[in-house]
Amino acid sequence: MNSLLVFPMLLPIIVGVLLIFLRTYGRLQAWVSIGAMVITTSISGFLLHQVQTNGIIRLDFGGWEPPFGILFVADSFSVLLVLTASLITAICLSYALISTSKELQTMYFYPTVLFLIAGVNGSFLTGDLFNLFVCFEVMLLSSYVLLTLGNSKRQLREAIKYVSINIVSSWFFLVALAFLYGTLGTLNMAHMAVRVAEVGQTPLLTTISIVFLIVFSLKAGLLLYFWLPGSYSSPPIVTSALFGALLTKVGIYALFRVFSLIFYHQPEVTHTIIGVMAALTLIGGSLGAIAFNDIRSIAAYNVVIAVGFMLVGLAISTPSAIEGSIYYVIHDMVAKALLFLVIGTMVTLSGTSKMAGMSGLMKNYPLLGWSFFITMLSLAGIPPLSGFIGKILLSSAAIDSGSYVLLALALLSSLFVLYSLLRIFKNCFWGETIVSKEEQLPLRRGVLIPCLVLVALTIALGLGTEYMAPYITNAAETLLNPDIYVDAVLGNIQ
Amino acid sequence: MESMIIVLVGVLTTVAIYLVLSKNVVRVILGTAILSHAVHLLILSMGDLKIGTVPLLGEEASTYVDALPQALILTAIVISFAVTAFILVLAYRAYQELGTDDLGAMRGSQDE
Repeated sequence: MNSLLVFPMLLPIIVGVLLIFLRTYGRLQAWVSIGAMVITTSISGFLLHQVQTNGIIRLDFGGWEPPFGILFVADSFSVLLVLTASLITAICLSYALISTSKELQTMYFYPTVLFLIAGVNGSFLTGDLFNLFVCFEVMLLSSYVLLTLGNSKRQLREAIKYVSINIVSSWFFLVALAFLYGTLGTLNMAHMAVRVAEVGQTPLLTTISIVFLIVFSLKAGLLLYFWLPGSYSSPPIVTSALFGALLTKVGIYALFRVFSLIFYHQPEVTHTIIGVMAALTLIGGSLGAIAFNDIRSIAAYNVVIAVGFMLVGLAISTPSAIEGSIYYVIHDMVAKALLFLVIGTMVTLSGTSKMAGMSGLMKNYPLLGWSFFITMLSLAGIPPLSGFIGKILLSSAAIDSGSYVLLALALLSSLFVLYSLLRIFKNCFWGETIVSKEEQLPLRRGVLIPCLVLVALTIALGLGTEYMAPYITNAAETLLNPDIYVDAVLGNIQ
Repeated sequence: MESMIIVLVGVLTTVAIYLVLSKNVVRVILGTAILSHAVHLLILSMGDLKIGTVPLLGEEASTYVDALPQALILTAIVISFAVTAFILVLAYRAYQELGTDDLGAMRGSQDE
């Protein structure tokens, strides 16, 4: 039973290695990798149900009991994210199958995506801080490769910046880990939580936690997002969609885990800093979203706004704020993948990513237009779509705790999201049709199916909030009561 | 012993930061390699140096050295090796495509 826990990481790795030998068979690779991701998704769904009924599941590798070995810990929060990430990856892979060039398909694209999701799932599940670093690196190395596949000059240029930034942030991660190990003498997260609670969070520990905050902010794009727009808007569509949906979420998960489990004793320092950073992220992202005429850059800045929004929940740290953030993370993974796929399809059809080069697409491709419309409403948080519930919970939590500045910025940023996407909708889908019915590029058969699946998913998440509620409540409860997590990991040892 | 190592870590980090801040891609890559060496030494010094014998079953001693930092460094070395290899290839390809190894000239424009 517990052994199932290793599959979300193990299955993509094994399948990825096998696919390396099938390099020339693009379509076969696609089907095998989609199959692997569907299996991973169903395993995660089963695990989510198990966690709900039996509490937190733990898997000790090699039979080394905590705090000595590396372990995987599955609580509702991590399994929910694993489930969503695997599902989004399956959908993005099906988009790749339908629309990507043969060249990309036979250049190890699918194995790399599988290694990426292995790193992402591993980061969500691990209960050991050094193992988190290793999973981060698995994910990052795959993302470097994905960013450079496609061979345009712009990609290589952006890749050099992205790789350099991430090497430096990984260096900070190791420095923080070294000092933390020197201070606490353990790497198991639950054990760290116990020791920090025992000795109290000294100024030294708070300083270390701020170094961690810098690291995870770089990965999540919280305030330190200067590298994000360039690297998210240069690679092929599918890669952008995967990046926008998955990469920042891993940093966000790490922030939530570390600052709710280990360093929660001095919120007046750490959570205040997180709140200020989230506020500045909201402002910067909002300005970026309305400043550009390139639709891929606008989409990238929308990622930044969402990051700030989710971290508002961590800064407030009340039960309903955390719940709102978790709802919002799940919604954002779906909606961002959808946004990037739709925008990428628009760029492919019109051959430019400038707003001025598109007009009246609605006449040519009505289904694409209405998909974009629903994406826009979902991201702006209009009921009954998936973004609404997260926003309402976060806003009410912000009112209850009296953080009016964060509340105002969060709601204003929603307006900026709406405005930036409305501008695209108005300029690109309405207006004079510049391409006549005869000259328009045909939409490839089935290209919209992944987008429509995601549209259905965002509607389903909005309408099915009731069914999700118990899992989300459970996840928030575990995050806010570190003792539940600690007992599940170290229970039979203490 | 530890204080010497810590000074060495500081010197290495200084050198690495000087290199990372230069305009030449190859220098930046060498800088990142030295950065990772510095942090490996830092991790090593966190496990206390030379306080006892090796942690093996046959050794009869009162104190043993913490072996965990060495395991961490081993992992970190492999990762930094892979990343350095990748970024070297990336820099070479970028030099072929863009015709420059100067980061200032790689800035490019918004409209490509």
